[in-house]
Amino acid sequence: MTPRLTNRAAGDRAQRVRTHIEESILPPLVALVIAAVVGDILIIIFGQSPGDVYRQLLEGTWGNAYGFGQVVYKATTLTFTGLAVALGIRAGLFNIGAESQLASGGFLAALVGLAMPAATPAAIAIVVCMLAAALGGGVVGAIPGALRARFGASEVIVTIMLNFVVLAFLNYMVAAHIHVPETLHTPEIRAGAVPRLTGVSSMFSGSAANMTFLLALATAASVWWYLFRTRPGYELRAVGLQPDAAEYGGVRVGRVWARTMALSGMLAGLGGLNYVLGYKHYYEEGFGTGSGFLGIAVALVGRNHPVGVVIAALLFATLSQGGLAVNALVPKQMVDVLTAVVIIAVATAVPEVRRALAAARRRPSGVGNRESGIDDTRGRSDSPFPIPDSRP
Amino acid sequence: MSGATSVRMAGIVKRFGPVIANAGADLEVASGEIHALVGENGAGKSTLMRVLAGMYPPDGGTVEAAVGGTGLRDVTGWSTRAAIDAGVGMVHQHFMLVPTLTVAENLILGRELRRGLSLDLAAAEREVRELSERTGLRVDPSRLVSDLSVGEAQRVEILKTIYRGARVLILDEPTAVLSPPEVNELWKVLRRLRDEGGTVVLITHKLDEVIDISETITVMRAGRTVGRMKTADATPRGIARMMVGREVVLAMDGVALGRETGGGAPEARPREPGTVSPREGPVPGSQFPVPALRVENLAVPSPRKPNEVDNVSFTVARGEILGIAGVEGNGQTELIEAITGLRAASSGTISIADSSGTLRDVTTRDVRARADTGLSHIPEDRHRRGLVLEYSVADNLILGQQHRFTGGANVLDHTRIASNAAGRIKTFDIRPPDESLPARALSGGNQQKIVIAREMGRDFTVLIAAQPTRGVDVGAIEFIHEQLRKARADGKAILLISADLVEILALSDRVAVMYGGRMVVTLAGTEATREVLGPYMTGAQGTAA
Repeated sequence: MTPRLTNRAAGDRAQRVRTHIEESILPPLVALVIAAVVGDILIIIFGQSPGDVYRQLLEGTWGNAYGFGQVVYKATTLTFTGLAVALGIRAGLFNIGAESQLASGGFLAALVGLAMPAATPAAIAIVVCMLAAALGGGVVGAIPGALRARFGASEVIVTIMLNFVVLAFLNYMVAAHIHVPETLHTPEIRAGAVPRLTGVSSMFSGSAANMTFLLALATAASVWWYLFRTRPGYELRAVGLQPDAAEYGGVRVGRVWARTMALSGMLAGLGGLNYVLGYKHYYEEGFGTGSGFLGIAVALVGRNHPVGVVIAALLFATLSQGGLAVNALVPKQMVDVLTAVVIIAVATAVPEVRRALAAARRRPSGVGNRESGIDDTRGRSDSPFPIPDSRP
Repeated sequence: MSGATSVRMAGIVKRFGPVIANAGADLEVASGEIHALVGENGAGKSTLMRVLAGMYPPDGGTVEAAVGGTGLRDVTGWSTRAAIDAGVGMVHQHFMLVPTLTVAENLILGRELRRGLSLDLAAAEREVRELSERTGLRVDPSRLVSDLSVGEAQRVEILKTIYRGARVLILDEPTAVLSPPEVNELWKVLRRLRDEGGTVVLITHKLDEVIDISETITVMRAGRTVGRMKTADATPRGIARMMVGREVVLAMDGVALGRETGGGAPEARPREPGTVSPREGPVPGSQFPVPALRVENLAVPSPRKPNEVDNVSFTVARGEILGIAGVEGNGQTELIEAITGLRAASSGTISIADSSGTLRDVTTRDVRARADTGLSHIPEDRHRRGLVLEYSVADNLILGQQHRFTGGANVLDHTRIASNAAGRIKTFDIRPPDESLPARALSGGNQQKIVIAREMGRDFTVLIAAQPTRGVDVGAIEFIHEQLRKARADGKAILLISADLVEILALSDRVAVMYGGRMVVTLAGTEATREVLGPYMTGAQGTAA
């Protein structure tokens, strides 16, 4: 029932789609090229040939079954934490607590798994553990959300601080109460292990990749659907873009904040399943260290879009696994540096590239095009005192 | 009064990618005159002035300016800095102030007065206060810009430009945010500047202003200069025709302006069948027996004042437009937000008629419940409240109604959203007619049409219309006024809050004035004139009790 498009309108639309694709693909691509150049320099400093190192990196990751499986395994956790951060940002919230939400989700899943008799049917056990993981992460996420909604407390500060509190508490619980002697992990769960992907295809042989990856993909699809196809998603994005307009539209902004932080925590918490249910079958202190924070980078590079998040998670997982693969040629820390360079390049290059793209298309202020009625004069800022765009 | 040529722009061409903003525009301004540059939104006025102010180099044409008393000199493509040094300064439509700094600090930004290593803020404040006194642009230099009202912020902008030594002052739509007394103040300031030999170029599309203040008029349409005349020889209708390129119905046609200019008596306002003219409107209270909005003893606090709205009571009946006039910042915003549920009232009750006409007490209900009862709201700031600028036109057309566009279980029904958009775009002539464009990409007038289409296209009993035509062009104003009259004829109750007195007078059956949080007077539309209302708006009358 959309109005019939004239050729010209259709052309406009095609142009916009092209613009959209350019803006989504080109900036991260430029960032990657920059990162690769920096990588080249580092490799040369280490006296190696960039070609050799990159070849090895690819062969050790996407080039063989084990490597590829490990990439998938690592990408699984990152997809969950990336989605958690992205969902928050869509509502204007910066969740820096994915680290502890992930741990808390994994811990609760392990506890609940331990409590179930070994004879519990796998399907039931897995579902119960999933709920436990979501609950574990959700509670840790809900606290800063509620504090923001009720008292206006910055969720950034609260999530950072909760990371310390929650991780310390979990470590204490494991170390003092429920660990297997001589280790820092809980006993093994006997009920309901998530099957490895190894059994599904020889593509993953020997790796830790497991069915949780499919859950991650399904979760990404669900987050997309929630954000873009449901009323709460419509309201969530409105809150993130313009809280005043959302409020005008009858949205209770505080409630959206509280709900979104809880959901964000749940997403991160689900990530704990990957290790606990899919890999080791126990909770171990520090199992996901860094994955929560890397989730921020994943969301950033993935532009807070579920599809982008999955791709970015695969990218960072590749770099992480690739570090091990090239260890013989260069120190594996070089790849950590490369990861950092990707993040910095994305953070700096993406806005610049987008600006350049926009400048190439720039329309004038207060101008003209009466026919199209288009006017790009408005500053992008919502502040009543927009910062002037001084670029000519 | 006017002297030698101060600025001459000839054949200015300015392209932005495929869009041509100026297609051979000419402008000649004499020194010591107030020159009005008029045209619809998008006619290229601002671009032309930005070329003059050095913000854009032109793609063609020449700019000459008389700088440093040397007569005209070719300054084509000069820099902003050079323009400022030569005394050409522009006050923009969108303020460029640092909200966290004080007025004085904003003014001296970039040329700070120092005493030793530290800023001499006391001296700066003194200087600013002096300038403020001298120009009549009154504002306390020690206040934070973030605490200022829009009108005050604009005064600071003008002060800043003058402080930097502007002799040729370019003002881009300065009155869009001002009340009539503030406009009058501004006119005084501009006349004083002119009398001291300064030159003022005023970009505007408000015709009464043009007639009021300018000596010479240049009219632009679609990037070209289409006319230039002495104001004494111009009529509002003639200018409007030149701006739009066709006949238009002007809001001011129905209003006695207190003065008539140029040729002939105003033609009778054409009326569509079924519209109620304000001139025939009944007198206060009596003839509107069916109230649709009732506000009783409403008090609303703000962070600044416990009683920003101070014990206000009124009703608006079906088929009536109650206009609220008043200088901005006298509680109108708080009143609107309290009625719509965006701000908590400290006491009082609010009742809104539901679709059956029964008054419902909604005092404790939230925004959505009030909207569902029958309240529509055109907010005063469409960029902050009325639209999610990144959302598509279609998504914006359901804002506030999103719960009615779900196919059960909270899933949005995109088919209905699209058909709703297609219908509204057609009925309200939103251009371009493409519901997938982000609202940001539309012109101000078309953005406002989205808001109007959404709020007036659905079922409602009461409409709060706050600044419904702020920042939109003549054609769109005509359209919006027509919609408001139509809604009145359909028996809707309309509360119109506007800083544009012409608009209030043209549309309202009754006019109330808000001052200091109170309704100081309510008059029948027939009794209300600029002269009668003015003293109430400034607090000179009606506040004794």
